Amino acid sequence: MEQLNAWFTRLLADNEIFTAQTIGYYAHGLANTAQLVLLSLLIGLMLAVPLAIGRSSPRPWLKWPIFLYTYVFRGTPLLIQLYIIYYGVVFVEGIQDTWLWLILEKPFYPALIAFTLNTAAYTTEIFRGAIKATPRGEIEAARAYGMSRAKMLRRIVLPSAFRRALPAYGNEVIFMLHASAIASVVTIMDLTGAARFVYARFYAPFDAFLFVAAIYLCLTFGILYLFRYLEKRLLAHLKPQT
Amino acid sequence: MVDQYKKLGIRFMKKLLTVSLLSAAVLAGTAQARDYDTVRFGVDVPYEPMEYRLPNGDLTGFDIELGNALCDEIGIDCTWTVQGWDGIIPGLLARKYDAIMSSMTINDQRRKQVLFSDPYFTPPSAWFAPADSKITVPSKQTLEGKTIGVQRGTLQDNYATDMFGDVADINRYSTADDMVLDMDAGRLDIVFLDFPVGKSTLLDSNNGDYKIVGKMISEPKKYFGDGFGIAFRKRDKELAEKFNAALATLKDNGTYDKLYSKYFETKK
Repeated sequence: MEQLNAWFTRLLADNEIFTAQTIGYYAHGLANTAQLVLLSLLIGLMLAVPLAIGRSSPRPWLKWPIFLYTYVFRGTPLLIQLYIIYYGVVFVEGIQDTWLWLILEKPFYPALIAFTLNTAAYTTEIFRGAIKATPRGEIEAARAYGMSRAKMLRRIVLPSAFRRALPAYGNEVIFMLHASAIASVVTIMDLTGAARFVYARFYAPFDAFLFVAAIYLCLTFGILYLFRYLEKRLLAHLKPQT
Repeated sequence: MVDQYKKLGIRFMKKLLTVSLLSAAVLAGTAQARDYDTVRFGVDVPYEPMEYRLPNGDLTGFDIELGNALCDEIGIDCTWTVQGWDGIIPGLLARKYDAIMSSMTINDQRRKQVLFSDPYFTPPSAWFAPADSKITVPSKQTLEGKTIGVQRGTLQDNYATDMFGDVADINRYSTADDMVLDMDAGRLDIVFLDFPVGKSTLLDSNNGDYKIVGKMISEPKKYFGDGFGIAFRKRDKELAEKFNAALATLKDNGTYDKLYSKYFETKK
């Protein structure tokens, strides 16, 4: 490991901008971005499924609060949400003395909260659209079988809704990866933060940002590949029959 | 037969278009070497007391007033363009403005990119911490595991990153007031700032008690350079000379001293 480090430092010793220290910042940024995006997507997905079911229910006391939530979080820019959760929350009197300060002090958790709420709102709407688009025939057949609403949801509606939502959700995942670039505004050293550090220190916008754009491209390619694989497996029944 | 003539016609039009575009580009290039009768300044606002906005939206501050006085002395107009600090030199090189007067320290790394005037102000930098902080002197031991606040792209950022980047967390902010906000909120253990700015935004503010940690720092030259200067594009030597002459005049006739005492109370 030490040898690898030494070799790496020697390899980059002649560079002015891309030294071992700078590449270290980019690597740190990649780790932060990956953590932030993965965690927020996972938690957002777990939140979105019950919210989507609630949103498509006929009961107004369930439907309207969830609609309010998705309206607010889709209707405001992610940057504003992040500013409010990180900088704005400090102006609540006495917040530093409560247990909330443990999560709000460092920038990672406020960013995670903002990203999670945002992606959950978008994902809720995607799944709600997919649930609403369930073919009527399937619902009628389920009712004819005498399935309760819960059973119908579990066995008929949700599996087909997941499959229908897959292309739109893949889009949302890519969107979240690029939206996470905002995290550098609240001092998180993510990929874009590393690029801004190099830009500010070496006055080299092309080097800094083209390199980070290449890294984002690779990450996006990975996501696209994953979703194409999932679509091939789960939507196989929709492919044209040869 | 007609098609042949049409083709010739198209080829001629293409040649005409290329030649006229090229000549327009050449003429536009030569038009750059001009005398400035309006100088656009790029400035990063807010950075109290060097440049900041009054409640009615007007720009004011030591840099702004000195810049306006210099322009009056030379006899040209100047306008002020607000630009974020981490893009301020690339903006100058991209001709978004003609000079930077924004508390920019003259150092070798920046000299590679821009041309500086003579220094007009040479403040030290200082570490600021809450009054009840246990840090008495900034060193690798005392700052281990602490959170340091700096503004991204400043010499304080470079110094803190190189000296303490591997033992402390460094939070880099786009603007100085975001950093002061977080300092007031209690997220930072210590910040590293130009002394006049820290004095104005932290020591003299009503949002908490702060103190200076350790001594004021102006060495080594590699980081702390030679004082604040006005930055120009490298080809604008004449403009830089004009500003140097005007600065010398203002220092002689007392205008500089008046501005200095207005903003910085006693001399040093």
